[in-house]
Amino acid sequence: MAKYDLYRELSRDIEPPVISLENVTKDYVDGLHALKNLTMQIEKGEFVFIVGSSGSGKSTLIRLLLKEINPTSGKIMVNGKTLSRLRENSICKHRRGIGVVFQDFRLLQDRTVYENVAFAQRVIETPVIKMRREVPRILSVMGLSEKMDRYPSELSGGEQQRVALARALVNNPVILLADEPTGNLDPKNSWEIMRLLEEVNRRGTTVVVVTHNREIVDAMQKRVITLNKGVLISDKKGGYSNAKN
Amino acid sequence: MQKISTFFYGIGQGIKNIFRNRMFSLASISTMAACLFLFGVFYIVLSNFEYLVRSAETNVGLTVFFDEGTTDERINEIRALILRRAEVHKVEYISAEEAWEEYKNTKLSPELAETFGDDNPLENSASLTVYLSDVSMQDVLGRYIKSLEGVRKLNDSAGIADSLSGMNKIITVVSAAIIIVLLLVATFLIGMTISTGVSVRKQEISIMKLIGASNYFIRIPYIVEGILIGIIGAAIPLLILRLSYSKVVGMLEEKFSTVLNVVTFLPPERVMRVLIPVSLLIGVGIGFLGSVITLRRQLRKIEVGV
Repeated sequence: MAKYDLYRELSRDIEPPVISLENVTKDYVDGLHALKNLTMQIEKGEFVFIVGSSGSGKSTLIRLLLKEINPTSGKIMVNGKTLSRLRENSICKHRRGIGVVFQDFRLLQDRTVYENVAFAQRVIETPVIKMRREVPRILSVMGLSEKMDRYPSELSGGEQQRVALARALVNNPVILLADEPTGNLDPKNSWEIMRLLEEVNRRGTTVVVVTHNREIVDAMQKRVITLNKGVLISDKKGGYSNAKN
Repeated sequence: MQKISTFFYGIGQGIKNIFRNRMFSLASISTMAACLFLFGVFYIVLSNFEYLVRSAETNVGLTVFFDEGTTDERINEIRALILRRAEVHKVEYISAEEAWEEYKNTKLSPELAETFGDDNPLENSASLTVYLSDVSMQDVLGRYIKSLEGVRKLNDSAGIADSLSGMNKIITVVSAAIIIVLLLVATFLIGMTISTGVSVRKQEISIMKLIGASNYFIRIPYIVEGILIGIIGAAIPLLILRLSYSKVVGMLEEKFSTVLNVVTFLPPERVMRVLIPVSLLIGVGIGFLGSVITLRRQLRKIEVGV
């Protein structure tokens, strides 16, 4: 066992999970049962895939973790905090600990690559001096140093997703949630993004990827949580196929 | 230090918002300017009317006539007693000779006046004219004067004073009602402008929420936008009113000098001394309120968009 893995194993015994759901149920007002009695834990530094067909509850899970919605019942803890106890004005601080990337990148089209990333620091009131240091650093990690002054419309899909990734990571979140990050990308760019996610995870960030991409899940051999109609049906290490069996 | 930088960022974004959303901003500024222009006009009319009433109040007085044979000493005593009263502004003595001279000059033809020779038919018409500083005390003062020994008759002008005060009150109430309605319209329009600004920038706000921006950070640019609209909307009518006031007053005095020879207007500095801070305060207040109320409602509707 490598020194880093050993350290990770040992830290699990003393550190609580970064994400913990206990018997979480979410029913919407229209009668849809999005999640049923879901219990799961994700440890610090893990790389986890969440898979499942449409309507399986993946998006509801992300919304719950961001505290955009509240569960009907059950307890959710993120970064050691019980979400139901968070006050309205603490939600923003809770979200600062979670970086999020989406399938459709969600970049501001009227701002350059640099400005899009700096925006993430600006909104949490990072000092300008720190911003000037951190933004070029993360853009360099993402291989975008040469494209700082370009607008999103001038970039390829893969590059736009890397900008979104830079924006999600520039504030050093504990958790990175990626919702179908390769959904709009060709295979080459998809693999590039996954390589970057793995690199981010290797540096200590907990990565949770919601995806339909069977090929990637199978190839990466990480922990796979499978949801079906709001119920956790499998939680195993291995590929998509393995998880289904 | 960081809060200061955020504050300036908010101001910068607020100014940008006004330009990004220029049609609605222009509509809001125009409405605000129209409201505050009307407010200014009402204020000017009201303050000048009040000024007129006040000067009328000091001009409207009581005339005191004395019993036959009352000596000058007694008249002087009565004058001194009246002057001691707090509600009295000044007391003027008109002798029987002065009264006759005035009457001759204003009511009689020179030929008819000549026939009287040195006789004074108003021999017992020496009087005191009492001017009040508070016209509402006229009744009380009248009762007091009547109780004094040597006083024969008292002419008052309570009717004129009452109707002037009554008119002043009606104008105040009506204009206050109109101004309140106009200001509500302005608040609504600023709300609409902010609301449009929020929906135009829905994606940006949703990303801000997702990244962890505080409510305060999200709101600042819109509040600044509302306040700036209020300030600009107040500055325009103030400038127009300041420039036009002297001209309008000058024109009124020139054209209607025969009618208005007794009417004087407030100097522009005195009007603007009150109008500038009040209008700016209303502009800022309405801008602030309009944006805060709208933001509270609109921002709740925007989700982080998962």
